[in-house]
Amino acid sequence: MKNLFGKRREPLTDTQLLMTITIGIFAVMYILAMALLGGGFLHTQQIFDMLNDNASLIIVSCGLTIVMIGGGIDISVGAVTSLVVMSCVLYLNNGGNVFVSILLALGIGLGFGLVQGFLISVLDIQPFIVTLAGMFFARGMTTILSVNPQKVDHEAFNRLRDAKVEIPWLGYVAKNGNLVPARLEIGVIVAAVVVIVIFILLKYLKLGRNFYAMGGNQSSALMLGINVKKTRFLSYLISGVLSGISGYVFMMHTGAGNATNAAGMEMNAIASSIIGGTLLTGGVGNVIGTLFGTLTLTTIKKIVVSSGLNDPWWQSITTGGMLCFFILLQSVVLSKRSKKKKS
Amino acid sequence: MKKITKKLFQGSLSQLTIPLIAIALLLIFNLIRDPGFFSIGISHNNDGNAVLAGNLISIINGASELAVLAMGMTLVTAACKGQDISVGAAAAIAGSVFVKVLKAGSSISGLTVLLAFLSACVVAMLFGTFNGILVSVFKIQPMIATLILYTCGRSIAYWINGGATPTVSSHIITAIGSFIPGIPIPTPVLIVLFVAILFRLLFHFTSLELFTQSVGINQSAARLNGINPTFIKLLSFIILGVCVAVAGTIGVSRLGLINHETLLLDVEMDTILAVAIGGNSLGGGKFKISGSIIGAYVIQMLTITLYAMKVSSTDVKAYKAIVIVILVVIGSPVVKARLSKLINSIFSKKKETVKGVQG
Repeated sequence: MKNLFGKRREPLTDTQLLMTITIGIFAVMYILAMALLGGGFLHTQQIFDMLNDNASLIIVSCGLTIVMIGGGIDISVGAVTSLVVMSCVLYLNNGGNVFVSILLALGIGLGFGLVQGFLISVLDIQPFIVTLAGMFFARGMTTILSVNPQKVDHEAFNRLRDAKVEIPWLGYVAKNGNLVPARLEIGVIVAAVVVIVIFILLKYLKLGRNFYAMGGNQSSALMLGINVKKTRFLSYLISGVLSGISGYVFMMHTGAGNATNAAGMEMNAIASSIIGGTLLTGGVGNVIGTLFGTLTLTTIKKIVVSSGLNDPWWQSITTGGMLCFFILLQSVVLSKRSKKKKS
Repeated sequence: MKKITKKLFQGSLSQLTIPLIAIALLLIFNLIRDPGFFSIGISHNNDGNAVLAGNLISIINGASELAVLAMGMTLVTAACKGQDISVGAAAAIAGSVFVKVLKAGSSISGLTVLLAFLSACVVAMLFGTFNGILVSVFKIQPMIATLILYTCGRSIAYWINGGATPTVSSHIITAIGSFIPGIPIPTPVLIVLFVAILFRLLFHFTSLELFTQSVGINQSAARLNGINPTFIKLLSFIILGVCVAVAGTIGVSRLGLINHETLLLDVEMDTILAVAIGGNSLGGGKFKISGSIIGAYVIQMLTITLYAMKVSSTDVKAYKAIVIVILVVIGSPVVKARLSKLINSIFSKKKETVKGVQG
């Protein structure tokens, strides 16, 4: 809808503008880090490491972006991720096979998506409360399954976990003269596929456009003949399934289950989406922006660590400061635009 | 006009039904499970004071911080159509400031405690103002605006005390955290009572309640009627700041130390839950502080009941989630409409007589 009417009057939609700002800031920040701090930032592996560490966060943030575009919120994603990790680890350790464990991960995610989607869309309960309950339930179940950390001891899975894509020409020569190839984990490829699929869904498919319409204005979406209940249900369903996938990717990265896994991931995911230009009021957002939001968040943390601010409080204080900056920037930019439109 | 007042009255009545039903259900459940759950005895604490003891007392005592926070949160929710998720982090900051000021003096007297509390209040109000300005002036959704402080609040608390978890020991602090000698009721309960009375007086002598509701229901209409929405929103956050300082002080006094990581951990979620269970819409507008207070006690009663059933503290969350879902499903508009239809068809005669009395 937006594209049809928006193109003639304004060159960029809100979504595109916010995304462009994020990508721009990310690029400037990274180049500055390369110029001033050097070191690790000069190697491609640095970006790859950021992707390796955050593949599951990227996947979860994509799901959250869809929910937020639809005008909702899902804070159960981190806890579901943690529950998936723990259940899959226990299943594998009790002699399961890898294929079924993937199904298990998807199943748990799907289950959470189904129940939460039903409660929110059909019974019309506030999404915050439902997903809060989902978060409590998933965290509680994780500790009921096991309070102690569990390490995966499964041959086939270990092979999958250690499988890495090596790109020699992006590597660098280490001090002892050996070529260290750049390594990407399988999880990053999964995340890339997820980002592309969600991007296509949001941009070109009818369902994706329905999410925007629903988030922008629910009653006009209803009048346009969009089944709002079904659309909202599907947004939570997708988010649930993506949390399941994210859990599996998380497990492939760490290879162990722990009750404190993915602690605070929901807030990181929300922060990534916001930095990427998604508005919590709905109707505005883009999954590519979310990807860069995650990268920006990680880059800030890396910069803080490599500039020698080792005290544990600096990381979150700078993250908070950065978040503040982005949120204010968005608010100012958007209010200026709306003023322009009026005049 | 008569119709509207009738509607409003019924609305406020039905708002309190869910939390009251929840409490009743929990009480009945406990009565069947173990009647001894309700026994209240008088025991002697370490100082030799006669104090009340029992599960019910520990429920009412334990919910104190939650109840105080829920009162402030109700105002913010009503005015800003959103919630403050930084209350736990802000309480950690307030607690840290409280301890920092106490530690600065050579000895702890009544005056230094008061001074420490006031400085904690000022700091918490400043952070509340920060959140409030983001929400009211920059028009950012409350959850996003407070996400900033949520992210970095506990680190700031950490930084205030230089990464340590200092302890304070003084009979005044013990008195605030547990019992005042000679009074068998736990002090935090008295503090909740005091704060609740303050709120009542505030609503009685000012038009804050009406203004907050009108800003929450329709901001532009409120502005056209001469209410300043920016100020009302900002004020609600500042009042929440005071509540945060009180909760932080109670939390610190209870333990006699400040642990920035664990002080009131995850309390923001419980607080929002208390507001919702109390029948207040999280989308702003009409509110009832008493509902939120009852909501806080429902949550604490649920927790204590689960503890009494030997559920470990880490597993409690899962059971809590199930109960919450049941509660909100019963309270959801769809189920409510079906239920009231059902009840109407059964008690149609009775309902009419009740209506007659109200009119």
